Amino acid sequence: MNEHQMQQQKRITSDVLLVGQPNVGKSVLFSRMTGVRTIASNYPGSTVSFTQGKMRYDDNNYTVVDAPGTYSLEPSDEAARVTIDLIDGAARIINVIDAGHLERHLPLTLELLAQKKPLILALNMSDEAHHHGISIDTKKLSKKLGIPVVSLIARSGEGVRELIENTFTVPISESREQDEAGHPGHHPHIKRSPHHGKPGEHVHLDRNLIWNKVGSIVDEVQIIVHHHKSIGERLEELSVHPIWGTAIALLVVGTAFSLIRLIGEFIIGGGIGIVGDPWISLPFGTELLFTEVLGPPLDWLSELLTPGTFFHKLLIGSLVNGEIDFEQSFGILTSGLFIPLGVVLPYLISFYFVLSLLEDSGYLPRLAVFLDRFMHRLGLHGYAIIPTLLGLGCNVPGIMATRILETKRQRFITSTLISIAVPCAALQAMIIGLVGRAGLLPLVGVYGTLFIVWVLISIILRYTSKEFRPELLVEIPPYRLPAIGALMNKMWFRITGFLKEALPIIMAAIVAVNILYQLNIFEVIAKIAEPVITKLWGMPKESIFPLLIGILRKDVAMGMFAPLSLTVKQLVIGSVVLSMFFPCLATFVVLFRELGLKSGLVSIGIMLASVFFTGTMLNLIL
Amino acid sequence: MKTHLSDLPSGKEATIVSIQGGVGMQRRLGRLGLHEGQRIRKTSNIAGRGPVIITVNRTQIAIGRGMAQKIEVETV
Repeated sequence: MNEHQMQQQKRITSDVLLVGQPNVGKSVLFSRMTGVRTIASNYPGSTVSFTQGKMRYDDNNYTVVDAPGTYSLEPSDEAARVTIDLIDGAARIINVIDAGHLERHLPLTLELLAQKKPLILALNMSDEAHHHGISIDTKKLSKKLGIPVVSLIARSGEGVRELIENTFTVPISESREQDEAGHPGHHPHIKRSPHHGKPGEHVHLDRNLIWNKVGSIVDEVQIIVHHHKSIGERLEELSVHPIWGTAIALLVVGTAFSLIRLIGEFIIGGGIGIVGDPWISLPFGTELLFTEVLGPPLDWLSELLTPGTFFHKLLIGSLVNGEIDFEQSFGILTSGLFIPLGVVLPYLISFYFVLSLLEDSGYLPRLAVFLDRFMHRLGLHGYAIIPTLLGLGCNVPGIMATRILETKRQRFITSTLISIAVPCAALQAMIIGLVGRAGLLPLVGVYGTLFIVWVLISIILRYTSKEFRPELLVEIPPYRLPAIGALMNKMWFRITGFLKEALPIIMAAIVAVNILYQLNIFEVIAKIAEPVITKLWGMPKESIFPLLIGILRKDVAMGMFAPLSLTVKQLVIGSVVLSMFFPCLATFVVLFRELGLKSGLVSIGIMLASVFFTGTMLNLIL
Repeated sequence: MKTHLSDLPSGKEATIVSIQGGVGMQRRLGRLGLHEGQRIRKTSNIAGRGPVIITVNRTQIAIGRGMAQKIEVETV
């Protein structure tokens, strides 16, 4: 989109605009005010998103907009520029700040005061501040700033009512001219950006003024009583300690991955330790649900349709040893339901549960800090680990999360790596199921190869560009006990997203497989691709089918390996090649949308080169 | 005693004396509340020349080592 088009965009107007720094609980307050019906969208012409919703108050509907988290109104980054635009279209502003860190948040408040819009200050997380022995004289603060100040706890809803009432009693046309003239509520004169004089000095002078002003306000309104370090604070220090922190990181990551497998296996099989002999076994699980509940009616349907006919193939698939095999039959009602609901869904639930715990507790940024040095050697930032971990669930949100990275090139490298070498939970569920049956070593082989590919590609990409990589500078949020409600909401959102988007594609993929089989189209393609597949990769020529279907859905494709009776070596090569070869349709679309056509094509080129190389190498080495 | 943030021992408190960097760096640091005169405590040095962790007003901040070498502090 060019400048001209951007200017023609309609201004986003709002009755109430929430502005604040990241991690102040702005979105929690937002959902308290607006309820569930909200729309998150990208601000026109930017990668920054904001959320819009409606609030009912006194029988009127008001539009509430949650601006992106921003540290200041200096238009030095996209979030700030978007916020400035949103302020222009706002009738009233609520500035949300963390009551425990006045001195960090008041500079933005002073900048907002200079905007001359009705402004209310919301001191959020006042309970946390209280725990830290901080008390704030809100009346005095209100008088100093000349605006209403409300302290609240957005998480529990305490004080939200009072905030909303205050918001609508601030007159819209209020002018703060008298403030400019040296009123007690006077704020320093802040220029948005230095357009004249030597650039450096001007900002410096203004900033110093702000810091002094903030310092004097904080001294007057805030009292801190010394308190002993809480367990949380002790843990925060330990988890960035060079030695203890490393131990904690290993422990957390190890526990997370074991937990994901345990919970997944438990939901599928009702037991723990399915790959070997289960230690615990319960008459429960999706596997049993399918064979016991769905089995009998499908057996009946199978007889009715007569095996071998077109509709039998489509709905039931082919029988294995005269019986329906939910994994291998490949009909819409058998594998079409079992793969997404019986195998993939349990692992997805378990993955997102564990990931949300890590996210909401505040551990992920600490892991990013620890890995920063290692990731820098690979030409990446420590924070690139967060989209990568997300990609292990589903590549789509993973690639979308690369937006947290600063430069275009960082985003390109991280998304390319995710789409090539990071298998999603759906694919992993199938890999663990099929390859894990052959033992732990082949499974380690698959994951090990993908990890090596991930490292090698990033090292190669690193040397193709001498881009300056900005150094890490980031606030580490405090540890917080994850709120169960919010966690469940997020999981529900992610899982229904999978069901809505993936289920139809899985069904379509299975229909496509059956139709292409019957029309012998696969035979033609298999002939063309045969040399690469059989000579270079040592796979049977039929494995072209799963590879092609992998473009639609990887989990379905992996399931198609099952009836091919592959050797362990072929299974390992097949899993690796399938993971790397063309990302699934959804990932493909998002990759091009995020990177643009040119970079998207380069990314696909890198993918093709590395998949041919890796498949061939594995065939030679193994 | 004056030293650089990167060389300050863990657990020591200090005041920022000067930031020897451009406007961009001053601004990035300023957003997180790091400016001349600010009292900080060094919390940790991540091994292998990794980032430096400091605590400012009960908030932990991670700073890349190169940047930490440009922040001059005076121990309290």
